[in-house]
Amino acid sequence: MTKYTFTEKKDTRSGFGAGMTELGRTNPNVVTLCADLVGSLKIDTFIKENPERFIQCGIAEANMIGVAAGLTIGGKIPFATTFANFGSSRVYDQIRQSVAYSDKNVKIAVSHAGLTLGEDGATHQILEDLAMMRAMPNMTVINPCDFNQTKAATIAAANWKGPIYLRFGRPVVPVFTAPDQKFEIGKAWMVNEGKDVSIIATGHLVWEAIQAAEILEAQGISAEIVNIHTIKPLDEKAILMSVRKTKCVVTCEEHQANGGLGDAVAQTLVKNFLAPQEYVAVNDSFGESGTPAQLMEKYGLSAKNIVDKALKAIQRKQ
Amino acid sequence: MQNQELREIAVQVRRDIVRMVHACQSGHPGGSLGCTDLFVALYFQQMKLNNRKGKDGYISFNMDGKGEDLFFLSNGHISPVFYSTLARRGYFDVKELATFRKIDSRLQGHPTTHEHLPGIRVASGSLGQGLSVAIGAALAKRLNGDKNLVYCLMGDGEQQEGQVWEAAQAAPHHQVDNLIAIIDLNGQQIDGPTAKVMNNRDLKAKYKAFGWNVMEIKDGNNMDEVVAGLRKAKRLTGKGQPIMILLKTEMGAGVDFMMGSHKWHGVAPNDEQLEAALKQLVTSGTIGDY
Repeated sequence: MTKYTFTEKKDTRSGFGAGMTELGRTNPNVVTLCADLVGSLKIDTFIKENPERFIQCGIAEANMIGVAAGLTIGGKIPFATTFANFGSSRVYDQIRQSVAYSDKNVKIAVSHAGLTLGEDGATHQILEDLAMMRAMPNMTVINPCDFNQTKAATIAAANWKGPIYLRFGRPVVPVFTAPDQKFEIGKAWMVNEGKDVSIIATGHLVWEAIQAAEILEAQGISAEIVNIHTIKPLDEKAILMSVRKTKCVVTCEEHQANGGLGDAVAQTLVKNFLAPQEYVAVNDSFGESGTPAQLMEKYGLSAKNIVDKALKAIQRKQ
Repeated sequence: MQNQELREIAVQVRRDIVRMVHACQSGHPGGSLGCTDLFVALYFQQMKLNNRKGKDGYISFNMDGKGEDLFFLSNGHISPVFYSTLARRGYFDVKELATFRKIDSRLQGHPTTHEHLPGIRVASGSLGQGLSVAIGAALAKRLNGDKNLVYCLMGDGEQQEGQVWEAAQAAPHHQVDNLIAIIDLNGQQIDGPTAKVMNNRDLKAKYKAFGWNVMEIKDGNNMDEVVAGLRKAKRLTGKGQPIMILLKTEMGAGVDFMMGSHKWHGVAPNDEQLEAALKQLVTSGTIGDY
């Protein structure tokens, strides 16, 4: 299989920060808003270089979403930033009415998504945001997998007309995608071609999927890995092409099984091509405090879980 | 335009409002009638608006609104007065007012940009969001070096929404002094008098404490007072503080049986009531119904 190695680990939120630094230098219409989490969002450089284009909103996320919507009237491209929990469930109605229904070019860029937020615990570990944002008409939903992909996604988001929910995370994870890669919203990335099972993964689970595929390879199983970084619009063509070949699929996400990537893939398959599907996702529960690694293991989101589910999916083909 | 002409237009807008809600047997006539004088004063005299017309003969509407004043309606349920004012001002055909709240219409129950109705810049109806949007638009004007103003109307019942107070603290903090917010103080909301449902208490003191420059218009249904108040508010802009106008109005103003209670907040008149209302709303005949 295609070999993926890494020389360093970085957090995806720093990829966002690097993307914002570049946008600050290249796109004078980009404005950044933050709800008292500047350090966590890694936007210090953007603010230092463009103080007039930064709006500190304080701990008042609902107002931040509205202010961002207003900034688009006048041609600005606002990035409203906070933790994923406070940029989705807390302000769902504000996003729905003032942004999505109003066709406003607002980018909601959120960090600390999912279990890997870690020690802060379940109050902050949003695991339902992809489901909520997928359900919203007119919303584009992106969940990149490493530093480089997040940076590229951030820059692509500024060039995309319309509301975007861009979700990334807190912990350092391997940097294994190409620097300065081309990022096309809505277009899947073929990580590894295989023939026995499709592993369709998003966000932090892409690296786990690569680890799992290596374990499977040692057992003589050829796994195809497809990275869906854009949950919506979904690259149905890439998914169907892969599953038509392998005849079974495992979906992997740091999110509830209900309503996330897995359900999006299932919706595509049930309409076009029936195949056994297994979910690597959180099973209808809240998270808890712990280290990211401990949580990923306890809630069944590790490479080992992907291997188990892949074997099960292959078995169900008969 | 002279105030006498504004009064004439206001009568016509009130006729439109009661006819629109009667035609679809739904909608919110009470607050619409109460805010009619404000809308007419803003759109026909006080706001600086782009008057350039397109090939279709209507004002060519530009979402970005660069070089003109902007208005945001936060309490979107009083859409009838907004739609009538926009149509009468020349944004679209007044005949389209007949489609209000009907299937396939650009005139949705609550205002939206989604159907591309000229004059609307954000969807509203879920309360408490408009002031935040207005602040954003005002900040964009500042970033663009655009010296024009942003207006935002809210309801007094709407002041019960938490987001309003997030916005209330943000505007003075960022010294958004190109913003004139207005609260329609009609003292009524769906379940009854505002003082009984959830008392706002002293809004003047509250906004002052938040850092706003607060002024009052004691009779928001007297055109001369509304015009004078708006002129004064404009003079107060550009001095480091956002402006808040507490506009005292009568819900249902202009139609005697709709005044003095919350009952006509969201109720449409029947045929006889429409007839009775229109008898009280008489223009000199220069404009005419849609």
